[in-house]
Amino acid sequence: MKMVNLTIDGKTVTVPEGTLIVNAAKKVGIDIPVFCYHPKMEPVGMCRMCLVEIGRPVIDRTTGQVVREDDGSPKMQFGPKLETACTTPVSEGMVVLGTSEKAKAGRQDIIEFLLTSHPLDCPICDKGGECPLQNLTMEFGPGESRYLYDEKMHLAKHVPLGELIYLDRERCIQCGRCVRFQDQVVDDPVIGFFQRGRSLEIVTYSEPGFDSVFSGNTTDICPVGALTTTDFRFKARPWELRSAASICTQCPVGCNIAFNTRREAVSGGKWVIKRVMPRQNEWVNEIWMCDKGRFGYHYSKSAERLTQPLVRRQGELAPATWEEALSFVAERFQQAGDGLFSIAGGRLSNEDLYNQGKLTDSLGGKKVLYGTMGGGDLTAQSGLVPGSNFSDMGKETAILVVASDLHEEAPIWWLRVKQAAERGAQLIVANPRPTRLDAYATHLVRYPYGSEAGALLAMVNTLSAKRPDLPEAVANLVRSPELKAAAKAFAEAENAVILYGSEGTGLETSTALAQSCQNLLLATGHIGRINNGLVAVWQRVNDQGAWELGWRPVANLPEAMQAARALYVAAADPAGDDPAYLAEGRLGSQEQAFLVVQDLFLTATARLADVVLPVQAWTEREGSYTSGERRVQRFYPVVPELADSYADFSVAGQIGKRLGLDMEIRLAGRTFARLASETPAFTGLSYARLAEVVEQWPIVGRGDLYYGGTTYENSQGIGVQLPLTSAGGLSWPKLVEVGMPKIGLLAVPITRLYDHGSTLLPSSMLHQRIPEPYVVLNDQDAERLKISEGAAIQLIPAEGGSWLGVRAIARLRSDVPERIVLVPRSFGLPVAGPTVVSVRLAERVLA
Amino acid sequence: MDADTGLPSQSQNGQYLLLRHRDTPSIGELEVYRRLGGFEAWQKVITSMQPGQVTDVVKTSGLRGRGGAGFPTGMKWAFIDNKNWPHYVVANADESEPGTFKDREIMEGNPFQFLEGVAICAYAIQANAAYVYLRGEFWQLAAWLDRKIAEMEAAGLLGEKLFGTDYSLHIYTHLGAGAYICGEETAMLESIEGKLGQPRLRPPFPPSYGLFGKPTVVNNVETLTNVPLIIEHGAEWYRSLGTEKSAGVKIFSLSGCVERPGNYELPLGTTFRELIFTHGGGITGDRQVKAIMAAGASSALIVANEEALDTPMDYESVPRVGAQLGSASVIVIDDSVSIPWLINKTMHFFKHESCGKCTPCREGTFWMMHLTERIVEGSATLEDVELLQDVANQVKGKCLCALGDFSTEAVLTGIERFRPDFELAVAGSAVAN
Amino acid sequence: MFAEKYSDEIQAILSKYPPEQRRAAVMPLIYLAQREQMYVTKQAMVEIAEILGISSTDVASIVGFYTLYYDKVGSTYRVQVCTDLPCALRGAEQFLEGLCNNLGIRVGETTPDGAVMVEAVMCLAACDKAPMFQVQSGDGLSYHENQTVESAASLVAELRRKAQSKRRDGHGR
Ligand SMILES: Cc1cc2nc3c(=O)[nH]c(=O)nc-3n(C[C@H](O)[C@H](O)[C@H](O)COP(=O)(O)O)c2cc1C
Ligand code: SF4
Ligand code: FES
Repeated sequence: MKMVNLTIDGKTVTVPEGTLIVNAAKKVGIDIPVFCYHPKMEPVGMCRMCLVEIGRPVIDRTTGQVVREDDGSPKMQFGPKLETACTTPVSEGMVVLGTSEKAKAGRQDIIEFLLTSHPLDCPICDKGGECPLQNLTMEFGPGESRYLYDEKMHLAKHVPLGELIYLDRERCIQCGRCVRFQDQVVDDPVIGFFQRGRSLEIVTYSEPGFDSVFSGNTTDICPVGALTTTDFRFKARPWELRSAASICTQCPVGCNIAFNTRREAVSGGKWVIKRVMPRQNEWVNEIWMCDKGRFGYHYSKSAERLTQPLVRRQGELAPATWEEALSFVAERFQQAGDGLFSIAGGRLSNEDLYNQGKLTDSLGGKKVLYGTMGGGDLTAQSGLVPGSNFSDMGKETAILVVASDLHEEAPIWWLRVKQAAERGAQLIVANPRPTRLDAYATHLVRYPYGSEAGALLAMVNTLSAKRPDLPEAVANLVRSPELKAAAKAFAEAENAVILYGSEGTGLETSTALAQSCQNLLLATGHIGRINNGLVAVWQRVNDQGAWELGWRPVANLPEAMQAARALYVAAADPAGDDPAYLAEGRLGSQEQAFLVVQDLFLTATARLADVVLPVQAWTEREGSYTSGERRVQRFYPVVPELADSYADFSVAGQIGKRLGLDMEIRLAGRTFARLASETPAFTGLSYARLAEVVEQWPIVGRGDLYYGGTTYENSQGIGVQLPLTSAGGLSWPKLVEVGMPKIGLLAVPITRLYDHGSTLLPSSMLHQRIPEPYVVLNDQDAERLKISEGAAIQLIPAEGGSWLGVRAIARLRSDVPERIVLVPRSFGLPVAGPTVVSVRLAERVLA
Repeated sequence: MDADTGLPSQSQNGQYLLLRHRDTPSIGELEVYRRLGGFEAWQKVITSMQPGQVTDVVKTSGLRGRGGAGFPTGMKWAFIDNKNWPHYVVANADESEPGTFKDREIMEGNPFQFLEGVAICAYAIQANAAYVYLRGEFWQLAAWLDRKIAEMEAAGLLGEKLFGTDYSLHIYTHLGAGAYICGEETAMLESIEGKLGQPRLRPPFPPSYGLFGKPTVVNNVETLTNVPLIIEHGAEWYRSLGTEKSAGVKIFSLSGCVERPGNYELPLGTTFRELIFTHGGGITGDRQVKAIMAAGASSALIVANEEALDTPMDYESVPRVGAQLGSASVIVIDDSVSIPWLINKTMHFFKHESCGKCTPCREGTFWMMHLTERIVEGSATLEDVELLQDVANQVKGKCLCALGDFSTEAVLTGIERFRPDFELAVAGSAVAN
Repeated sequence: MFAEKYSDEIQAILSKYPPEQRRAAVMPLIYLAQREQMYVTKQAMVEIAEILGISSTDVASIVGFYTLYYDKVGSTYRVQVCTDLPCALRGAEQFLEGLCNNLGIRVGETTPDGAVMVEAVMCLAACDKAPMFQVQSGDGLSYHENQTVESAASLVAELRRKAQSKRRDGHGR
């Protein structure tokens, strides 16, 4: 990279060619004020706040040499006008004056102009205290306004852009950051400018308003208080807030976030969470987060939370002391011995899973990860190599996204993959139906539902014909020119990453898919190097962590549970997800197994339990999660714990102690230390390591919020990516043939961002975006079946079993393959993998 | 179309070069235009000239842009980036500067000469598509041009494989919808692309990054209408018209307080006096000329003294009286006009037309309009006049495009050169217009 | 449905621009959508957005930026008198006032039958033929130059008659 030398306000700077003056200045600690410029977006030079004087050395045309003054210094030529530092790249020998009288006057002029339209209602503005306009006015603005107040425009101050974001038109300074973010960064151009000149206003015409899962970010980067979230509007003043570092729990990306809290009289002097903001981690979420994370955290403070242990007495769950409950549980677990069956959800932290695992293992019981995705062992072998970063991926990289509607499954990964594609990465999207990622794909591969593993093996085959016995459904794919081209691009790329999701897959098909992905990586040599490897788009925040700690899902959970003498279910709700558990009496019948449920809420499963153990939400405690990229990251206590409550790891530990086991029950950090000493991948890790930070670009939070918005600076840990365990070898998966049924339709599960998950539903913020239970049918099929858009339908599984009573709204689309029914997960329709069904209209409303 | 005024104006050799319909009212008909030698230049460039040669001829002719900036046309064509394809031509028919109405007359009266110019430019830069961007108000004119383009296509003058060569060209019209800023070339490109008509950052300039991100030449209608003549009669002939640094003829749009407003096609270098008094018939009524705006509303106010009246209207002389020739839209202001009133008018215009992209223009035009309003209403003090001057200086030199600077011209020169008018206005007795 | 009704016109418009630059057709499509009612309905914006593969907010943004597009129901005809500097120097303001007096409305108002709105606009490139105005309707624009209050008033009367018959035929608004 060619380096360029220049001086800015007397300081010498050496930066790569092409660097913009603002950024060069920032690197040496000089803050040139900006409004419209944002380091994550293309410069536009609109607001004119960054005006500086620029001198360039005079070059003699004939010799090409710099002309020198008598004293030998280069002769400088300054332009007649101030220039924008945000749009001008550095050049050799340039002299930038940001604090000359002329430049200072220029800034003052711009600030004064901005204030002529501004209401100056800082005392009641949510941005007050963290407002770039306020800060820059203090620093550079004129002392007083010469503008007559009664000539100000009076504009609407409470304009809802949908139910999540509000606009205050008077405060808007037309910097266009929000509009450009929506357009350029996340490609949801659903807000725009309306009118022109001084009448410019931000509008949305989408249905629902401001229809983007990234909308909250605009409130961070808005340099004034024009855009605010309904969540935070008028709820607190920024300077009264404390902040605590945390990790979002809504998906496997593990976005770094910061919670803001304050004590409130209305809550009896308790600390309450006022908002969630992104926290910078350029390896994970950069400075962004999605709206599910931003607005979905409310479950942690739901009034429905369990507050004390419950023990079943005379058939009823009744409050009990911890001592009673834990001793009872310990006693029954002891009796169960190797009949203990532990089910854990991927929402649990590493520490929780470690302790629960320890307890289960020591009795010889079985550890089951609740979920339907496989391959976590393979991501540990062939996953992303430490040091990998989507932000660094470009031309030399191929990214294959298979069986995933990434925008819905993990929005921030969608964004980062999209951006890599825009930087020139070869993006291969392999999915049975179109998704939002298709628009950026260089190669599209369509395969029938159920053939995802086959499609990947077909890619391997076109490269090296290693596996001739592909099932018939796949054989055609091998001949497909699109697939061949995709395989070639993948093989030829210097680096390659695969993300596999769970579009249409169940545990069996998912496991086969993961194995096929690994085969493709191995066959093309994309393994063990930075920016190569396999990433699972898990359904929960810490599924990867669970795999690392030895938890595995099972194919047929109801059947596997049959042998259990005691069931220990934490952070999972099988009965809520599948009514069959209720109907068939598999859970909660005393003769079968003693049932302990450890959860935040009285779930359907908890209602059947013999003992219910309440736990702390992740906002009340410490812990760590392992993201899909295998980055282990810490989260910190945000609000004080409820009286007499424990974290999951402590509850498991206390049961263990009663069984005579040596377990940590107090400190998450010490639990982590034990975990690290016993788990090879975690060797050498400690809470201190996880808390380490490095300087990141762009520099945010350094007093000038205008550079990164209100994104929090990362001072509490960027986390550590786990090293790969032994590289796996080529081993061929068992391909499950999922053919089309002769009669009926094939129902397949898909993941939707705004779903009915138990950590989302309690948040009232997003209710308007969460649909009623629905399924998606091909429109031709629907016509044949006489099902119209919006009709209430029922799915009848061909294999019998009763889902009767589970009703859903039919949505019709032409881009769903024929004879396929898409069934979103978590909406109460227990489609755990491809399932043959018939569809019928729900004739009457069932009570 | 309207040569019915019998105006005494005429070009150098007694014949119109651009407003040829005034000599030949039916020149808008294809046979008539062709009978008079039309499209011979077009055929000549395609069949016997290399694209670079065409550019060279235009370069040597000394033709400069007639849209306002006066940039050498041949040089612009030569800047086109030949490493990036395809190329486009965009003819600037936005004509929205107050006081400018020449392009409209050319297109209405002498459409083929204009279209031939577009075509030759396209050939010179090897573009296969050209867009004529007309202001939205030119709705009927666009329909008229569409008919003329269709006639050319039918006659094999546009379309595929022209004159038996491999060269193809299509010309399309594109209507704006009411936005002065779309006359600024990069805002115009954005507008054609279906975006807000807001200017782009420059550089890059259109010859390297233009329409749809491709190398593009943007030229004014009048500029392009000169081109067929240059090809036909040669660069030397063209240079012989006008002055040394300002070659050729120019259409002066004369408006305001004169007897005979209208378009006057005259050699560059004609004096203001000749335009206003000889051709324009002098000032209406028994008034005196007080001020002149040479480039429409964007113009500095020239104090119309004897020296100014004797100044030749060309690119190098007008600056000597503290103004620019620009698009040569000469607005004549007589001594009944209050300058604060006039400036308030221009501020209304600029405030209405500011695209809003950059702060100083968006806020400054709004503020200046309010200040001039106050001054005109007689509710201002001298301090407000100082403030107005301050605000204009605050805008000047800080904007993203030239509109912001344009908005300050009349304000700054008005206050500087016609101060008594302001003193009178703040004294509460502004001369009513 | 706009898209179906005008499919031929829409195709003709799209053919003027490179296929991968469909968005460029947004301005002509908005004019087309405005043809019948002199304003662009939300539904039409959605349809235009679909045709071009952009968001309806993008379309609305264009409607908002340019002065010849309207997003609300208005009069059938708009009489737009240029009162910009050159025309004002030739009596355009007095002309506008005279016309409005004659019609019994104020500048910016619509005749009681909803047919004609009279407003002042910026320069229309006809400065030598002041007083002048243009008439905008869904069908397009026409110039009327060298006007007197009388000639303008009689034109307005004619427009009002036309608007009435348009409405009878189910056009207009
Ligand atoms: C605010 C603004 C408005 C303009 N309006 C016009 C216009 O209406 N017609 C025009 O030809 N050029 C106009 N221009 C100049 C164009 O940007 C550009 O310089 C011109 O079209 C180039 O053509 P030329 O070299 O043939 O003059 C305008 C410039 C600015 C800054
Ligand atoms: S100066 Fe700025 S606001 Fe004014 S028109 Fe140009 S870009 Fe738009
Ligand atoms: S113009 Fe440089 S920050 Fe806005």
